[in-house]
Amino acid sequence: MSPALFTLFAALTLASAVGVVANKNVVNAAMCFLLGLVGVAGLFVQLDAYLLAFLLLLVYAGAVVVLFLFIVMLLGPQGRAAWRLTPGAVVGGLVAGALLLAGWGSLLVHGRLDPPPPDGAPGVGAALKPYAYQLFTTYLLPVQVMGFLLLVAMLGVIVLSRKADGTEKAP
Amino acid sequence: MVDLWFQLPPLVQGLLKGLAVIGVIFPIAGLCSMAERKVAAWVQDRPGPNRAIVPWVAWVPLLGRFLQRLGLFHVLADGGKMLFKEDSLPGHVNKFYFVLAPILAMIPALTTVTTVPFGAYLDGAGALVPLGLGPLDLGILAVFAVSSLGVYSLVLAGWASNSKYPFLGSVRASAQLISYELSMALSVLPVFLWINAPGREGTLSLARAVEFQSGSWQGGLTPGWGGAWFGFLMPLSAFIFLVALFAETNRTPFDTIESESDLVGSFHTEYGAFKWGLFFVAEYAHMVVGSGVFILLFGGGWNPLPWVPLADLVGWLHHLTGAAWAVAPLFVGALSIVIFLTKVLLMIFFFMMIRWTVPRFRYDQVMKLGWQKLLPLAIANLIFYAVAIAWIQP
Repeated sequence: MSPALFTLFAALTLASAVGVVANKNVVNAAMCFLLGLVGVAGLFVQLDAYLLAFLLLLVYAGAVVVLFLFIVMLLGPQGRAAWRLTPGAVVGGLVAGALLLAGWGSLLVHGRLDPPPPDGAPGVGAALKPYAYQLFTTYLLPVQVMGFLLLVAMLGVIVLSRKADGTEKAP
Repeated sequence: MVDLWFQLPPLVQGLLKGLAVIGVIFPIAGLCSMAERKVAAWVQDRPGPNRAIVPWVAWVPLLGRFLQRLGLFHVLADGGKMLFKEDSLPGHVNKFYFVLAPILAMIPALTTVTTVPFGAYLDGAGALVPLGLGPLDLGILAVFAVSSLGVYSLVLAGWASNSKYPFLGSVRASAQLISYELSMALSVLPVFLWINAPGREGTLSLARAVEFQSGSWQGGLTPGWGGAWFGFLMPLSAFIFLVALFAETNRTPFDTIESESDLVGSFHTEYGAFKWGLFFVAEYAHMVVGSGVFILLFGGGWNPLPWVPLADLVGWLHHLTGAAWAVAPLFVGALSIVIFLTKVLLMIFFFMMIRWTVPRFRYDQVMKLGWQKLLPLAIANLIFYAVAIAWIQP
């Protein structure tokens, strides 16, 4: 990994992450999110995880952030409503921050990094087949759990978008 | 000359190749806008644009008149007009995103070109080597990933215009493009299931897909079908991909996004001059790349005819003429690019004919077709081919 490119993409990611939080205009925030995803995808490419980089772009940049923008646009001017500090938000923010710190602490104390692959050997994420193989063997359970979670979410949406009398809402 | 080329540093090589590809894509995209008007005219039985002419060409006896009738110079006239017209910026728009949107339209359209192989040449050992800007192992995924970013230009253009019709258009755009992306990706999966059958090296590369259709793959799944295009093996996949491609490129019958009859022109209502022109060049560049991907996946890529791979054609030429140039890398490369571009242009002609054949869908019909017809069909198609490929695999 070239240090200059790493610095560039890491700086881009961090700066746009700050932009997402600090921007009052929701569209600006969403576009910063998009830039941040591009930065993370760049970092993945640097790590030879091309598959992950392109999937990140395809799923998050290509669909999720578009949906964010879609919702922001549908809400229109209300989407610009100023952000206020409520007690709930403060407590939630503190808890989330504490959890993040605890995670970092545990990573520092107990974490270990796998040794980098020897030079010339491609990483696991570089090619499609080893990646898919791992998904269907080592990580089969997490994949299944995620699939189940998505199924539940989908069913929830179907239930919520139906009226009581069983007819569908107009789109 | 070939030696000189390989002595250049890789960066210069890449730059020259990129400029050469842009030098082809841009004029094609520009000419397509002209061809669109001309094809429309022919379909509707009227002469179409036939006035503009450069003075010196007008003095050429027969050819000048012919070129004038062909309407070739209207491209120059239109381009010149768009460049030198006043580039107005309406007062009520969000200026930053308003200017950003046409630029964002061009970037994905041109970036996808890097991942599309467009030809092949024979190396010393007689093996076909694909020609392309970025030989990516994840070819099709890269195409999908980058082209999915194209929706931002439509969304931002509509939102930044800050007026009613552009806004409605961009809401439609985000819904339509996301809906059809799903069917498109699912329709492509059978092709790559076929290519990645057990025992082979895993790949999503588009060049491999063409190699597979050339029958040159060692130990093919069904040797008797070597050289059959995927369009024949998987007609339903090809059809779903084609329909989704029409929707992704906003072509009629799916141009509800800019439908000028009820939305005035939607996302480019407020645009003028060259910013408006950029949207159009981007749309045609998108069409060129989309047609290219369709040809690579289902139409045999640079192979001249079904069951007649490029290597055979070159072999026959060599046999007939006995000349050494018939197998020279330069000739084979140029031939493959010409074959590929011809197919792409035929696809674009097909796009234009469809425009005057099928009327525009209503917006709810677009959504219904995408989610209730195309998506289940694509899933059923995928399951069918997964079972079929598992069945016939040795």
